[in-house]
Amino acid sequence: MNWLTNFVRPKIQRLVRPREVPENLWDKCPQCGHMIFHRDLAKTLSVCPHCDHHMRLEVKARLASLFDGGQYQRIELPKSVVDPLKFRDSKRYVDRLRDSQAKTSEQDAIVVAHGKIGGTNTVIAAFNFAFMGGSMGMAVGDGIVAAAELAILQDAALILIPASGGARMQEGILSLMQMARTTVAVDKVKEKGLPYIVLLTDPTTGGVSASFAMLGDIHISEPGAVIGFAGARVIETTIREKLPDGFQRAEYLLEHGMVDMVVHRHKLPETLATLLGLLRHRGPAGQVLSLPVDIPDSFETDTGD
Amino acid sequence: MNFLDFEKPIAELEGKIEELRHLSDSDEINIAEEINRLQLKVDKLLRATYSKLSPWQKSQVARHPDRPHLSDYIARLVSDFTPLAGDRSFADDKAIIGGLGRFRGQSVMVIGHEKGHDTESRVLHNFGMAKPEGYRKARRLMEMADHFRIPVLTLVDTAGAYPGVDAEARGQAEAIARSIETCLDIRVPLISVIIGEGGSGGAIALAAGNVVLMLEHAIYSVISPEGCASILWRSGDAAKDAAEALRLTAQDLHALEVIDEIVPEPLGGAHRNPEVTISTLGDHIERSLKTLCLIEGGVLRARRREKFLAMGKVGLS
Ligand SMILES: [Zn+2]
Repeated sequence: MNWLTNFVRPKIQRLVRPREVPENLWDKCPQCGHMIFHRDLAKTLSVCPHCDHHMRLEVKARLASLFDGGQYQRIELPKSVVDPLKFRDSKRYVDRLRDSQAKTSEQDAIVVAHGKIGGTNTVIAAFNFAFMGGSMGMAVGDGIVAAAELAILQDAALILIPASGGARMQEGILSLMQMARTTVAVDKVKEKGLPYIVLLTDPTTGGVSASFAMLGDIHISEPGAVIGFAGARVIETTIREKLPDGFQRAEYLLEHGMVDMVVHRHKLPETLATLLGLLRHRGPAGQVLSLPVDIPDSFETDTGD
Repeated sequence: MNFLDFEKPIAELEGKIEELRHLSDSDEINIAEEINRLQLKVDKLLRATYSKLSPWQKSQVARHPDRPHLSDYIARLVSDFTPLAGDRSFADDKAIIGGLGRFRGQSVMVIGHEKGHDTESRVLHNFGMAKPEGYRKARRLMEMADHFRIPVLTLVDTAGAYPGVDAEARGQAEAIARSIETCLDIRVPLISVIIGEGGSGGAIALAAGNVVLMLEHAIYSVISPEGCASILWRSGDAAKDAAEALRLTAQDLHALEVIDEIVPEPLGGAHRNPEVTISTLGDHIERSLKTLCLIEGGVLRARRREKFLAMGKVGLS
């Protein structure tokens, strides 16, 4: 409350008060507080142009930013069992689902697509945080299983992009089972010798972090992403101590040996293309080299300068 | 340029050349002639000195601060280098650097010790002395390379594994043991190069390769000359004698069949011409890699194991 609200007549108040910012046109950077016009934010892939803070990136923009030329095909996901526990808290789970579906125009919290990255066939399963906080239930599990199967079918690399608070409580024990289920799915891809890369984005916590997300051949994280098992508030309450700055952030995980690299969002396509090329023995000209017999008879000599 | 003690006469001559280069007012032709004469003398002196370096002198050359380090080799030999970090359990140890890259067209996993080149980077890389998490990272990356059928290249340059309470508490011995085990288990070509110092367990943890190359003036030993001297001679001053006794030079190790090939260094040692050193090593690696890439994985593994099983059958004559 300031003096305006209390003492100035409403008409004047309206004149003096800063104009309400329309929510859909401007976004506020949670780190530096700058207001950013939505078109500018789209151009920077939701990276703050003032302080480089990586805000959450909408899932379709994410896919378009990673696949070569923004080209990809989504696959239709199988119909999952809906509300297996007939769960209700203050609201029925089916109603929450319906609300989220209406809000996001998506069926659940995962999107699976395939295309090429740096010329390498790649399947991506990306979490949609806008859908119930990206929580993992049957449908998300189904999406990951489908993505893994598609990668094997296409002899493609698999990239999973979690953005999730963890298991979906409304599906109870069945959401817990997704931890085991998704582990089998990604292990099948690994057994085929296909690259499995996890791109950890903000947030990757709980049951999602403690299953497929920590099992990649390579772990890449976006700067500042919160990655961990237990929530910071839970830990603070348990140990009755304030947690250090940067706890459970991407950089903290890098220092503690859990991720291979922290990569700026704008550098991700390039980094992924390079890695996939190296892992799939793709030569600079795009030819596939493989061991042991197909070694190039004239090694290139233009490397390193 | 940093000069070693035994390089003093060379340093003096080169100092004179430098002085002459800055004299421009007197007779230019005479100066050029004098510079040429002195340069020939320097070359002759270098040749004489470096053709008969003692093991102790080699130890100093192997540790020369201007000697090319892992990061120099990577920068010149490996394109698209993508470092990979962490042991997935405790920390990322920067004493060992590893990652994927392309060596003359071929995908490779490069792993090695990095000593650093100035105070700041030496501290960052802990002077190339790795802790358990470093060896666990190395193991993880070797296993990854095996999984994707990518050859492994290890470059060894360490005084030894880090001796410390924390390292022991986390299982330094176990970490080194597993790293050696992994070297001997993978089914892809493993080429190891001793580029500077090959210090003890910390070195062989990365060096049980199908082919072990060693730079002409590098050293490789079970213990540092200083350490050996203080234990057996009970005096660090005996390091010179210990260096002789340990047979730690590339020439002795080749005769003992512990290493497979000696990679020549340019006149006056690798530190005098890092560029030539690096490209020469690149050629040696390429030759070995081409041969090894033609061999089936199971055979590569079996031969590597046989080779290390048979170590020590040859003595010095
Ligand atoms: Zn900002």
